[in-house]
Amino acid sequence: MRLPLLFATLTCLGLSPSVLADDVQVAVAANFTAPMQDIAQAFEQDTGHRVVAAFGSTGQLYAQISHGAPFEVFLAADDTTPARVESDGLAVAGSRFTYATGALALWSADARLISDGEQLLRTGDFQHLAIANPKTAPYGLAATQVMQALNLTDALTPKLVEGQSIGQTYQFVASGNAALGFVALSQVARDGEITSGSAWQVPTALYEPIHQDAVLLSKGANNAAATALLDYLKGERAAAIISRYGYGH
Amino acid sequence: MSLPLDSNDLAAIWLTLKLASLTTLVLLLLGTPLAWWLAHTRSRLKGPISAVIALPLVLPPTVLGFYLLVALGPNGPIGALTAQLGLGTLAFSFSGLVIGSVCYSLPFVVQPIQNAFEAIGKRPLEVAATLGASPLDRFFTVALPLARPGIITASVLGFAHTLGEFGVVLMIGGNIAEQTRVVSVQIFNHVEAMDYASAHWLSGGVLVCSFLILLLLNRRGHWRVMPGSGQ
Repeated sequence: MRLPLLFATLTCLGLSPSVLADDVQVAVAANFTAPMQDIAQAFEQDTGHRVVAAFGSTGQLYAQISHGAPFEVFLAADDTTPARVESDGLAVAGSRFTYATGALALWSADARLISDGEQLLRTGDFQHLAIANPKTAPYGLAATQVMQALNLTDALTPKLVEGQSIGQTYQFVASGNAALGFVALSQVARDGEITSGSAWQVPTALYEPIHQDAVLLSKGANNAAATALLDYLKGERAAAIISRYGYGH
Repeated sequence: MSLPLDSNDLAAIWLTLKLASLTTLVLLLLGTPLAWWLAHTRSRLKGPISAVIALPLVLPPTVLGFYLLVALGPNGPIGALTAQLGLGTLAFSFSGLVIGSVCYSLPFVVQPIQNAFEAIGKRPLEVAATLGASPLDRFFTVALPLARPGIITASVLGFAHTLGEFGVVLMIGGNIAEQTRVVSVQIFNHVEAMDYASAHWLSGGVLVCSFLILLLLNRRGHWRVMPGSGQ
């Protein structure tokens, strides 16, 4: 009689009913912050495991992982860093896969500024164009590919300001210090609608696909929650969340 | 073995030295009268103003950088003003970095000078007054020379502190080579790009440089750094 009561109480308190529940420590690229929070919530509901996420730039997270940070799963903003982690012997071989494909948007906080993004870039009628650092941020690299494809690199270079991450780039534009900038579509769109300001979704033909890869780190090799999270990322519920934020899956 | 610093690294070093020198100069010009006023005023504003000046000592640089970015933007008070004056907005420019650094290093310059002025006491100034020296004369020929050790300490601390500044310049800089990319940001770039060798060279340089500056400051005479603690 007492045991079911205890069980019910625990469930009411929001404690996990599963006796097999584990914590999983995940390092997540900053551009995936919002979708990851949603996915973590759904994952916790569905499996009873708990996600402990750390958000940062891919380079910073790599530095932490290579210096012994206790992460078990790594969701990067590119596909080269997880490959590097694997060749460093810090990840489980063969566990890498693309969990999301990033899309690029030209965005302005001014709702009237961007009607034809390509035309606006060609006229160059603005003082600053914000991009993420192309050496360290995949979205910055994609932005330089777009400028190359449009043959505008020389014209736009003097106007460029670089954010260290796609988050800082967004901040430059949101504060109005840069009239427009290349950001991740996931930062400015929900369910296919631009949430504020104006934007141009850059045609994917103008830049290399931004494959964001996940990998199981050696520290998580024996953690059931870590493998469960990676499986969950491949599943339908996660896919729905990921595409809601404007990523390809 | 040649130095593995490329032209971008050297530009960042040069820019940092320029920024630290100019910031120190601006701070000495602004900070000295301010310190003089704080050392002598009985105004009720002394408390709040001292607290505002000391804020950068306790605030995370990201807070300062964030608010500066907002204030310098076209919708912010400073940005609206500079735009109206035809200067455009100041984020992503060297002038913007100087403004940020002045805010950030303010207490490191004002406090030592204020301490030095307070340590002089009223006596030498009263004596000079009885000998017929005007207030301006008293300030330049009596107070300033007596406060020299404090002013030197202030200059060195202001310079060294600006040299090592990261959060503010990162937030409002825009990472433009030769304009806003200072050494601390360049180090961050190298680390993010996983080029740890270059990061080591630049970081080591800043470390040694900062150590030597502080060593020099102490060797000038420990008793001078803390006015009133010796003689």
